[in-house]
Amino acid sequence: MNWLAAIQLALKALWRNKMRALLTALGVIIGVAAVIAMVAIGEGAQQRIAKELESMGSQNLSIRSGTVTRGGVRTGAGTTTTLTFADAEALRDVPGIVAVAPSVRTSAQVRYRGANWGTAIEGITPEALTVRNWPLADGEVFTTRDVALATPVCLVGQSVARELFGLSRPVGEMLVFKGIACRVSGVLVAKGATAWGSDQDDIIFAPLTTVQRKLLGITYIHGIEVQTSGRNAAFAVVEEIKKLLRQRHRLREDQEDDFRVYNRAELAQSAETNAKVFSWLLGSIASVSLLVGGIGIMNIMLVSVTERTREIGIRMALGARRRDILWQFLLESLILSAAGGVVGVLAGTGGAELLTKFSDFSVVVTFWSILLAFGASAAVGVFFGLHPARKASRLRPIQALRYE
Amino acid sequence: MSDEVIRMENVQKDYVLDGVRVRALRGVNLCVRKNDFVAIMGPSGSGKSTLMNIIGCLDIPDTGRFWLNGKDVTRMTPDDLAYLRNHDLGFVFQNFNLLPRTSALENVETPLIYSGIKKAQRRARARELLERVGLSDRMDHVPSQLSGGQQQRVALARALVNHPALLLADEPTGNLDTATSQEILHLLSELNQKEDVTIVMITHEPDVAARAKRQLVLRDGVIEE
Ligand SMILES: Nc1ncnc2c1ncn2[C@@H]1O[C@H](COP(=O)(O)OP(=O)(O)OP(=O)(O)O)[C@@H](O)[C@H]1O
Ligand SMILES: [Mg+2]
Repeated sequence: MNWLAAIQLALKALWRNKMRALLTALGVIIGVAAVIAMVAIGEGAQQRIAKELESMGSQNLSIRSGTVTRGGVRTGAGTTTTLTFADAEALRDVPGIVAVAPSVRTSAQVRYRGANWGTAIEGITPEALTVRNWPLADGEVFTTRDVALATPVCLVGQSVARELFGLSRPVGEMLVFKGIACRVSGVLVAKGATAWGSDQDDIIFAPLTTVQRKLLGITYIHGIEVQTSGRNAAFAVVEEIKKLLRQRHRLREDQEDDFRVYNRAELAQSAETNAKVFSWLLGSIASVSLLVGGIGIMNIMLVSVTERTREIGIRMALGARRRDILWQFLLESLILSAAGGVVGVLAGTGGAELLTKFSDFSVVVTFWSILLAFGASAAVGVFFGLHPARKASRLRPIQALRYE
Repeated sequence: MSDEVIRMENVQKDYVLDGVRVRALRGVNLCVRKNDFVAIMGPSGSGKSTLMNIIGCLDIPDTGRFWLNGKDVTRMTPDDLAYLRNHDLGFVFQNFNLLPRTSALENVETPLIYSGIKKAQRRARARELLERVGLSDRMDHVPSQLSGGQQQRVALARALVNHPALLLADEPTGNLDTATSQEILHLLSELNQKEDVTIVMITHEPDVAARAKRQLVLRDGVIEE
């Protein structure tokens, strides 16, 4: 029997039971569409998280001053005064570290003409903006010279700009906090809220030394942000950093660290794992509906084999071989599932498209999810069609002919 | 080479239903030569259809030997048997056995599909046969739109479509009136005489059996000449 004839035969048989074929295919359509839409939602979430992580600097480490124990009293994180600018500079020699950004942090009530606003003030070096991947929207960054001279200049975040300046341009204006007048040299781009909801744009950046000397009157620093050459490097350099800092701080074997190292890469990794799990979860829930669709095909094909037992007998009497009968039924279920697959792919991508348009879900239909869903529906056709088809082909001609 | 189309030796067939054994064939010996036309008669339940199904390779005997065209059928694989049914045998059933909801033309074409013949040729050959049995104006009718006699003629056309060497007919006129019966019988005689088709036919009616060259009687699962 040639293929063309076999396919025509299968199509004719399906056409004779249009409604039944349609309903059976519907099971597959819904399954495939669900897989594609769910995977698209999962993928969208993953990409969103990846983007967020990137803006956070997922290959960064941050070092904070730690706790100190004096007479049995542990003072809590951020209370030691041993971390210095020189420590930060020393870290530059560790292989795998690309950039280093020491910082101090305080808060103050800031005034501009009639307006005032309480905000965080961070002392940094210009390098910090590269490390944090945070460009300016307007004006320019203060220079290393400004850091050396403790110049009273600053950069304002979008929230601060809005609260103090409204619609007017902040660059070149003078702000006053803690009794010093400070010129605004630039405005940062909006960064939005962190994943845990604090407003990153509610901040003012000034040269490290300006904050150290004029606002706080200290010589140590609060933390160092370290940029590494990549995620793997981030994991690798943690121990190096600890060793170097302990040595510089002259800590004895029995003394605990007077600083802490937080690995962002670790955080990023767990967030990504979560997103992936979420994605898989959605995908597997949808797969269940594809499985149900497949069982629908099997059910209908079994009914069809029983109904058409006499037809099978007649065909065998006319010279159909076992494999001709096998292929006839297998082709029917394959056509059903393939057609269902095509429509399902269209419905799934269309649905995902609509979801992006009318909700704030970010949905990404990937080529592999289409391939997967389509492949799965074809596999479903073969898998669930094979049993009824084999059953039909194994009948003895006379049994089939006599069947009532 | 012998010219034996069918050779059967001591063929037996039992049916077991709910533990009760029915001995349908109790040792049939049969020899049919090329171009023979055999009528098999016998009372109802004597095993005629059972015998016919075995000759037609639709069923297998429990014991005994059976050769078709000199080849031992009892040793053939299912695929070999399918090939035989397709190429060498034509079957006309007592109850027509046409494919339901399938046009007369497509019914007649079906054996050719399994021979791997191209569509155009299939169509042409099926048309030719339907014309021959006088149904050129009913080609697109499905079985439920045909009378019994017309259905039997479609079945005959289908049996003949692949040039079988042996035609098996199980009560081909059983459901037909006298006039239609005569037409069918005429066709069979013509095939036997002009195209050398070997025919084995089952019938209840002596005047139908009289049209054959040879008459056999099957009684209680054995052939009496
Ligand atoms: N599938 C079967 N299962 C059990 N018994 C069967 C089966 N087919 C036939 N028989 C029995 O075998 C015997 C022979 O049946 P068969 O159909 O060959 O008779 P027949 O000579 O063709 O009769 P008729 O002239 O009525 O068609 C009968 O007694 C019948 O009851
Ligand atoms: Mg009978």
